[in-house]
Amino acid sequence: MRPILLSGHERSLNQIRFNKDGDLLFSVSKDKNVCAWWTANGERLGTYAGHQGAIWTVDVSPNTVILATGSADNTVRLWNIKTGECVKVWDFPTAVKRVAFSPDGSKLLAVTEKRMGFLGTIAVLDIAYGDGQGNNLDSQADEPSLRITCTESKATVAGWSFLGKYIIAGHEDGSVSQYDPKTGDQLENVQAHEFDHQINDIQFSADRTHFITASKDKSAKLMSARELAILKTYTADTPLNSASITAKKDYVILGGGQAAMDVTTTSARQGKFEARFYHKIFEDEIGRVRGHFGPLNTIDVHPAGTAYASGGEDGYVRIHHFDKGYFDFMYEVEREQLRK
Amino acid sequence: MAPSFDTLSEQDLHEEEEEEIDFSDLKEQLDVKLDEGLDTFVVIDGLPVVPEESRQKLVKFLLRKLNTVGNTSEDAVFMPVSDKGSTEGFAFVEYETPEQAIAAVKQLHGVPLDKKHTLSVNKLMDIERYGREGRIEEEYVAPELEQFKEKEHLRSWMGDSNARDQFALYRNDKVGVFWNNKANPAENVVDRAHWTQLFVQWSPKGTFLASVHPQGVQLWGGASFSKQKQFPHPFVQLIEFSPLEGYLTTWSARPIQVEEGQPILTYEEDGKNIIVWDIETGKPLRSFVSHDLAAGPADEGEVQPKKKVQWPAFKWSADEKYVARMLQGQSISIYELPNMNLLGKTSVKIEGVNDFEWSPATVTREGVKQYEQLLCFWTPEIGSNPARVAMMSVPSKEIVRTRNLFNVSDVKLHWQSQGAYVCVKVDRHSKSKKSMATNLEIFRVREKGVPVEVVDSLKDTVINFAWEPNGSRFVLITTGENPVGAAVPPKSSVSFFAPEKKGNTAGNFKLVRTIEKKTSNGIYWSPKGRFVVVATVHSQSNFDIDFWDMDFEGEKVEGEKDLAANLQLMKTNEHYGVTDIEWDPTGRYVVSSASVWTHSMENGWNLHTFAGQTLSENPTEKFKQFVWRPRPPTFLSKEEQKQVRKNLREYSKEFDEEDRYAVDIANTAVVEKRKRVLNEWLAWMRREKEMSSEEKEAFGYPEDVDSPKLAKDAPTNVDDQGDAVVEEIVEEIIEETEEVIG
Repeated sequence: MRPILLSGHERSLNQIRFNKDGDLLFSVSKDKNVCAWWTANGERLGTYAGHQGAIWTVDVSPNTVILATGSADNTVRLWNIKTGECVKVWDFPTAVKRVAFSPDGSKLLAVTEKRMGFLGTIAVLDIAYGDGQGNNLDSQADEPSLRITCTESKATVAGWSFLGKYIIAGHEDGSVSQYDPKTGDQLENVQAHEFDHQINDIQFSADRTHFITASKDKSAKLMSARELAILKTYTADTPLNSASITAKKDYVILGGGQAAMDVTTTSARQGKFEARFYHKIFEDEIGRVRGHFGPLNTIDVHPAGTAYASGGEDGYVRIHHFDKGYFDFMYEVEREQLRK
Repeated sequence: MAPSFDTLSEQDLHEEEEEEIDFSDLKEQLDVKLDEGLDTFVVIDGLPVVPEESRQKLVKFLLRKLNTVGNTSEDAVFMPVSDKGSTEGFAFVEYETPEQAIAAVKQLHGVPLDKKHTLSVNKLMDIERYGREGRIEEEYVAPELEQFKEKEHLRSWMGDSNARDQFALYRNDKVGVFWNNKANPAENVVDRAHWTQLFVQWSPKGTFLASVHPQGVQLWGGASFSKQKQFPHPFVQLIEFSPLEGYLTTWSARPIQVEEGQPILTYEEDGKNIIVWDIETGKPLRSFVSHDLAAGPADEGEVQPKKKVQWPAFKWSADEKYVARMLQGQSISIYELPNMNLLGKTSVKIEGVNDFEWSPATVTREGVKQYEQLLCFWTPEIGSNPARVAMMSVPSKEIVRTRNLFNVSDVKLHWQSQGAYVCVKVDRHSKSKKSMATNLEIFRVREKGVPVEVVDSLKDTVINFAWEPNGSRFVLITTGENPVGAAVPPKSSVSFFAPEKKGNTAGNFKLVRTIEKKTSNGIYWSPKGRFVVVATVHSQSNFDIDFWDMDFEGEKVEGEKDLAANLQLMKTNEHYGVTDIEWDPTGRYVVSSASVWTHSMENGWNLHTFAGQTLSENPTEKFKQFVWRPRPPTFLSKEEQKQVRKNLREYSKEFDEEDRYAVDIANTAVVEKRKRVLNEWLAWMRREKEMSSEEKEAFGYPEDVDSPKLAKDAPTNVDDQGDAVVEEIVEEIIEETEEVIG
């Protein structure tokens, strides 16, 4: 599994996303630029320039027409992927830490930071796709259609469940909550992780019936979107920044490492800068991939399950296309199941 | 009364528990202040009733007894006379000091005066306090006899059918006791939060687990680790068991302040640092002010910083009959147990004494018939007198062997575990005091006249030395001069010594081999001998753990043929940040651990076999302490042990069978569990799918509602064409040559 090393960023990576076809990879980092890459060979397709601060988050619309980014310059921007133009800027009072398109692409959620007297919010924006040919993308509503304010503990990450039926958010205090995206009501709140251990990532399975959370408490949890039941727990020995569910094979990939600010005081072997593979159903660790020399900040899996990419504090993105061995690996019980 | 240690509940051991304000203790204090003046008075009851005329005679007779414990006079004895002209059978006596009054109560109470009369002596204050009106019921109520409660068997862990060992694990705020299950996860026996405040310690035979709290020491035992004994030494910091678990020594830097109403500690313990306890009764035997090392004559009571604690302050003889303490440079005080009286009423004056060690086993010297315990001590050079290592026989206090040494800068005494040898490690300096060398002088204690053998001088300083338990071989580690402030750890050499083969007795000690260029500093012998672990601990860059076999069953190296050893390195392991290494009591397993007490990197413990095969790695957050539970000595006689050894093959077959069976069971269990988990998962997925398609139907969504094409105004430029093949044409220049034509 030889990685393709993408070195286009000057500072640490914050988020990477494959598009639905898996031929493109978008990455954002603290250096204010969005990069788009061909996943097949790692060639850079281009950049989207315009943000004035570190970019925290990126998401691609399901039809790969619009790219959304959220930044420390308190804006959410929409970009025309094809042309690279910025088609819309929304201003928020605080930094935007997470954006996510709903499964049908008609809505975008934005998680805003709690700062300077403003409470953390989740804003829902309606997205229009112009004339259907990629033109007139700039005719977007100016105001969010919904605002959910987090009074208890600020949301750090959020995403959409199947059918866009729920908004699921992970909080700073380690809890996970479920909101109704029509009314903004909180339907459920579960203390999934250890108290006061921030949830750093939420990613959904392909069918969006379940999702995985990665937390500072050194564990990742697989939860059902419908009732927020904890289905599986994956325990690591280091704080986790990102977790992803693989398609095709029943694995999950976790990434993390000693927090960047602590790294200098500990030895290199302490860092644990590896991507860890766990079996999704049996919760066993089945492998690790080394390579980064800083903590892994973000991981995303190719929608077809044939590759994954990781972005690190070290400023590199690594794309790994899986080998045959990866697909062949199977537990005896799974093999039996298959034969039946 | 404030809650005493006796009545402490589980919660009281936790500091965070807020105690309710209890004013009764304040009241108590005030009460005491009022009648403080009566501290010196005692009431004597049980005296004969005599006519007034013979009162004087009785007082005189009584005084003889009373003056044995303190000072009092005829004037200070008040014996009231009744209307009938005879004494009442009691008297009030005033002593010079309260201490004397206390001594009188302690020593004279219950002492017979003559055949008919027995004295009962009480403090006046006590009579005041306890006998005050209303405090005593008029009618006698028989105390309720407590129902006999079966106590837990204190050695129940020895009955484990698989002869597994237990260990205590202290991490974060929790202490747990576990069964060692080899490569499988350890089985928990108990796990309690805040079980101890400082550390945990097993008693030498494994009967008790001691936890250390600001209130004192608590011993736990039995199958469920219930409370066994308490020793309320406030702010205790160090504890030490006697070798047969009969006694416990506790130490605290803070002198004890005895509060009134404390049921166990008395005024005698006031201002002391060390208490020797009787474990059986839970009562203090005697208490002492600690002597600090190198602090000259100890300033009593005053605690100066940077003074080194001499610990263990009290060293026990192998059979617990004697305990001794050294006053550095002056004397050794030997106390007899169980009454803790000074042997022969005086300390043994030894000018300049620097250190001493008891023989760890009761030795019989050749030609010596009477009972004795041996101790070894040394004194440095004083003036023109040479330094001296001497062996003393106790109780006779006779010096049975001495050896004079010159140019000594330090001496360490190492007894072999059976007391067969003492190795005296002598660090010598040259006349100019510039270069150092080490000599080993080995006393053969059992042989006639205690001959001394000198092992050739080693040029480097010996930093560690260890005898093989129950054997006659030893390992030592030497190191060269290390430059001050060097970042690299000093290189060290590990040397193995064994006696020459010479019939039944051990011949001269000879070097077997020296391994150079190591960084090792720790030697850990298997408790059963033969195997030894040599490791680098507390280092920042080297973490090697070498597993050596001294009796390797294979070809011997030429040149070592006549030595009683065949040295073989079995394995070298690495454990990052290792700080401690401990053998289990049977010599089957070795645990290496990295404690947060030393550093906070990758704390945890690893389990290895005696041969160095790593069975499990257990990274543990905030890991502090790992201690194997010791085992009491075997009950089997030598013959029986031999029998076991002879039939070892038979037994091992059985155990191998059991092991295989256990593995089978475990494998099946894992497969079963996986099957179950997989089926549960598939069922869950099916259910979710059904539910979501139902929902889709209910909302009137088509099956592929999530597809982006259906978003209201989304462009439909995405076609499903399956996997696209990306063709890439790469030009590669294989060779470039330049030709000059002309």
